[in-house]
Amino acid sequence: MAAYKFQVNGRAVTVESWDPAQPLLYVLRNTLNLHAAKFGCGLAQCGACTVLVDGEATRSCVTTIKQVAGRAVVTPEGLGTPEKPDPIQAAFIAEQAAQCGYCTSGMIMSVKGLLEKESRPTTDQIKAALAGNLCRCGTYVRILRAVQRVVREG
Amino acid sequence: MQRHPENPISIEMSRRQILKTAALIVSFGTGAIQSEGDAQIALAVPSDAASGSAPAAKPVDPGLVDSFLAMHPDGSVTIYTGKVDIGTGLRIAIRQMAAEELGLSTDRIALVEGDTALTPDQGSTGGSTGLTRGGLEVRKAAATARDVLLRLAAQRLQIPVEQLALVNGRIGRAEGSESKTNTRVPSKDIPVSELLSDSARVDLKVDFHANLKHHLALQVIGRPIPRPDIPAKCTGGERYVQDLTLPNMLHARVIRPASIEAKLLAVDETPLRGIPGARVVRVENFLAVTAKDEWAAIRASRALKATWSDAATLPGSQDLEKHVREMPIAAEETIVERGDSAAGIRGATKQMAATYFWPCQSHGSLGPSCAVADVRDGGATIWTSSQGTHHMRVSFSKIFGLDVDKVRVIYLDGAGSYGGNGNDDAAADAVLISKTVGQPVRVQWMRHDEHGWDPKGPQQLIDLRAGVDRYGRIVAWETEMWVPAMLGPTGTIPLLAPAEAGIAQPSGQWPGMIAQNGDPPYLMQHLKAVAHRTQTTPLRPSHLRAPGKVANTFAVECFTDELAADAGTDPVTYRELGLSDFRAIDVLRRAASMIGWKNRPSPNPSAKRDGLLIGRGIAYTHYKQSENYIATAMEVAVDPASGKITVQRVTCAHDCGLVVNPDSLQNQIEGSILQTISRTLHEEVKFDRSRVTSVDWAGYPILRFPEAPIVTVALIDRPEMPMLGAGEASCAPVAAALGNAVFDATGVRLRAVPFTPDKVKAALDKAAREKASPA
Repeated sequence: MAAYKFQVNGRAVTVESWDPAQPLLYVLRNTLNLHAAKFGCGLAQCGACTVLVDGEATRSCVTTIKQVAGRAVVTPEGLGTPEKPDPIQAAFIAEQAAQCGYCTSGMIMSVKGLLEKESRPTTDQIKAALAGNLCRCGTYVRILRAVQRVVREG
Repeated sequence: MQRHPENPISIEMSRRQILKTAALIVSFGTGAIQSEGDAQIALAVPSDAASGSAPAAKPVDPGLVDSFLAMHPDGSVTIYTGKVDIGTGLRIAIRQMAAEELGLSTDRIALVEGDTALTPDQGSTGGSTGLTRGGLEVRKAAATARDVLLRLAAQRLQIPVEQLALVNGRIGRAEGSESKTNTRVPSKDIPVSELLSDSARVDLKVDFHANLKHHLALQVIGRPIPRPDIPAKCTGGERYVQDLTLPNMLHARVIRPASIEAKLLAVDETPLRGIPGARVVRVENFLAVTAKDEWAAIRASRALKATWSDAATLPGSQDLEKHVREMPIAAEETIVERGDSAAGIRGATKQMAATYFWPCQSHGSLGPSCAVADVRDGGATIWTSSQGTHHMRVSFSKIFGLDVDKVRVIYLDGAGSYGGNGNDDAAADAVLISKTVGQPVRVQWMRHDEHGWDPKGPQQLIDLRAGVDRYGRIVAWETEMWVPAMLGPTGTIPLLAPAEAGIAQPSGQWPGMIAQNGDPPYLMQHLKAVAHRTQTTPLRPSHLRAPGKVANTFAVECFTDELAADAGTDPVTYRELGLSDFRAIDVLRRAASMIGWKNRPSPNPSAKRDGLLIGRGIAYTHYKQSENYIATAMEVAVDPASGKITVQRVTCAHDCGLVVNPDSLQNQIEGSILQTISRTLHEEVKFDRSRVTSVDWAGYPILRFPEAPIVTVALIDRPEMPMLGAGEASCAPVAAALGNAVFDATGVRLRAVPFTPDKVKAALDKAAREKASPA
C-alpha cells in the first residue's frame, strides 16, 4: 500500500491507502478518526465535507488522498473545542446557528476559508461564499447572523 | 447485550453500566403511597452491584416515575425519554420542563433519549408531539416525584407541605412564600438523599393529574436557554450515527434495483477482484456489498455488475396530475360537511373554481440515511436516527424473526429527517446484512439511495369550488382532494430490504395525517370537504414535515386569495371578516403589520420596481384546525424576464400557547419557513416509468444560501394556554403566502408547485398573450 504524507491540524501524518483515488473524506473519518467532516453527497454538491487544504475551502469527498500529499489540511477539530471554540465556532454557538448540525462543520470551514481571504466580507460576499453549502433545516438566517457577528467582533 | 469497551464512543452502555455509573438511583415507590401518608422511597442500589446477580432492569413502563427519571444523591437528575431530538431542540425543552417541577437548573439534568432499553415508549417522534406528549409526560413524572418528596419532608420536618420547596436537591421551608415557587431555601433544610430508605424498591405510578407549576410561577419554562448540543455540533464533537464504529464492523453499501420492483437476474462478481475484502451479500433481490474498508465497499458497489429485469410500474411524473385523477379509490372520506354546499354554490351570486397541485417531494436529508446493526444470538442491537426506535424494536423483531426481548434500538443523531426518510430502511438493510454475515454492519446510503428511495411526501391534487354573495363573501365552499389512503396498521411503511429479500412484512400505506387543513378556517354557511383516498400512489409514501397541511393550506389559502381579489377586497380584511377567534385575528394582524401591510386589493397596482415586479402575500393557518395559530406574510420580487422569484422578507406571527424555549422555537419556525420556501420554489421528485430520476442535488435542488430572505418572527406566548407542538406547524402557510405574493406582484395565479423560473415565465407569457388577445 502506498503511503501519503501530509499535515492535519498542524500535525504531520502518514497514511496508507490501497487506492490513490480514495477521497480525503474517508481517510479523515476512518483512518484518522476525525468525524467532523461529514458525508453528504460524494459529488461536491452540498459542502458537508468541507475542510481547508492549504487554507482553501475544499470538498474532501472529491479530493483524493494523492492530491493532498504534501499539503496542509485543517478540519473543524483543528479550530477549537466546546470549552475553547475559535471565533467562528463561538459565533455559531452564540447565535445558536444549528439544528441537526449535519451541515455545520462544512459551513464553519467555508466561513474559515472566506475569512482567510477577506476579513471583512459584505453580506453578499458571505452569501456567495456559502452558496455551495446546503442546509436542509433552513438555518441560513442564523448562520448569516453568526458570520456577521464574527466580522463585527473582528 | 454486546459491549465493546474499546469503542471510543461510549454509547453502548448497557443497563448494568448505567446503573453502576450512577451509584445510587432514587426510586419512587408506591406500594406504600397508595395508602396516602405512608409514603416511602426506595434507594435502589443496583441488585447486581449488591449481590452480583443479574443487572437490575431499569423500568421503561410509561406509567412509572422511575421510567422517566432517576434522582442522584447529589440532587442531579437523569431524564429518560422515548422522544428524540432530531435537531429540534427537545433536549433543552424537555430538560426545562423537568427542571421547572424539580427546582433544578437544566445543567444539572442529564438526558437519555430513544434507547429502548432505558427509555419509556412515548410514541414515535412525529406530528410535533415531542413536547406535547414527550415533554409533558416527563414533566408529570417530575411533578409526581417532587410532590412525594415534599410529603415525605413534611412528615420529617413537621412543616405543612404547602410551605416546603424542593430546590437544587434540597427541601426546606420556602422563605417568605407559601408556594413552591421560591428558589431560596432556609438553612434548616434536608437533602433529598436523606429521605430515602434502602428498603425494597416498589414502583410509584406517574400521577397524570400531578400538580404542575402555575403559569405565573414558571421560572425555567419560557427562558431562551441555549441548546446543550450546539457547542459539540459547532466543534465537530457531536457523535452521529454516521460516526459510530464497532470492533469487527463491516462497511456495507446496498445496490438497490435498477427499476422499482425489478428482479435480480444475475450478479457478476468478477469486477470486485482487486478491491480489498469486498464481498457480495445477496438475499433474493436484495443485493449489497461489504468490506472492512469503507472506500472499498463504495468501490465494490460501483464495480459490481448486476443484471435486473425490466420493470415499468410507474406513471412518470410528467402528467402526474392527470394520472392521480384516474387512480382507483380505496375509500371516500368526508372530512367535514355543514349545510348543503352544492345548493349553496348553485344559488350563490357567483361561482368560482380552481385546481391546485402539489408534487411528490423528498425529505432531502442532507446526510443520507445510515445505521449500524449487530445481530447475534437471536437478538440485535441497532443504532439508528429513526424517529421511532420503540416502534422499530417491535416491528423489526417480527420481520426478522428476532427475540424482542433481545432487541435493543438506540437513537443517535443523524442528519435532519423531517419525518419518515430513509432511516428505517437503512436500519433494515443493516439488520439483514448483519444477520446474513454474522458481524456488526454499518450501512451508509449514498446520495442516490436517499433521493431515489426515501419514502416520499406524496403528491396532492385538490379541486376547490366556492359560491360568493354579491359582496364577494363566501357562502359555500367545496374541497375535493385526491390523496393516498391510509392502509394497514397505523404507521406502516413497508421496508425495502424485506420486500427485496422476500421476507414477509405487514403491508400498508401511511402518508401521515394528510387530509387536515383541506377545509377553510373561515365562517360560512355551507362547507364540504372530501378526500378520495387512492388505493396506491406511484412512490412509497411516508410523512413529510407537516404532512399534507402545506399543500392543503396552499390550496385553501390561495383560493381564498382568489376570492378576495375577485371581490376587490384587501386579503387581510377579507380573511378577518371570516374569523371570530381572537387568537386567529391576532396572528393575522401581527404578521401583516410586521411586513408593513397596506390595505388594498391584489394585484399590486404599482408592482414595477427596477425591472422587477414586487408583491406581498399573506396566509393564515389554524394548524390541524385545532392547534397553532399562524400567519405568514412575505414580500417577493419576480423577474419577468427570467421568471425567477426572490423572497425578500418574511414575517410570521406564531401562537402555540405556552412557549417552553423561545429561541429554540424561533429556530424551528425560521427553519420551517426556509424549508417550505425551498419546497415551494424548487422541489419536485422526477420519475420515469421505472425509477426516480432526480437523484442528487442537481436533479432535486433545494434552497441555497443566497436565496435566504430576511425572516422576522413574533412569538405570541400564552403561558396560560396549553402548549402546542411547534416543530412543523409554521411550514403550513408558507407556500400559500408565497403564491399570493407572486399573484400580487404579477397578477398571475400559480396553482402548482414548484414555482421554477421556467414555469413562472411560461405562466407570465401566457397571461400576457391572453391579455393581448382575450378569448
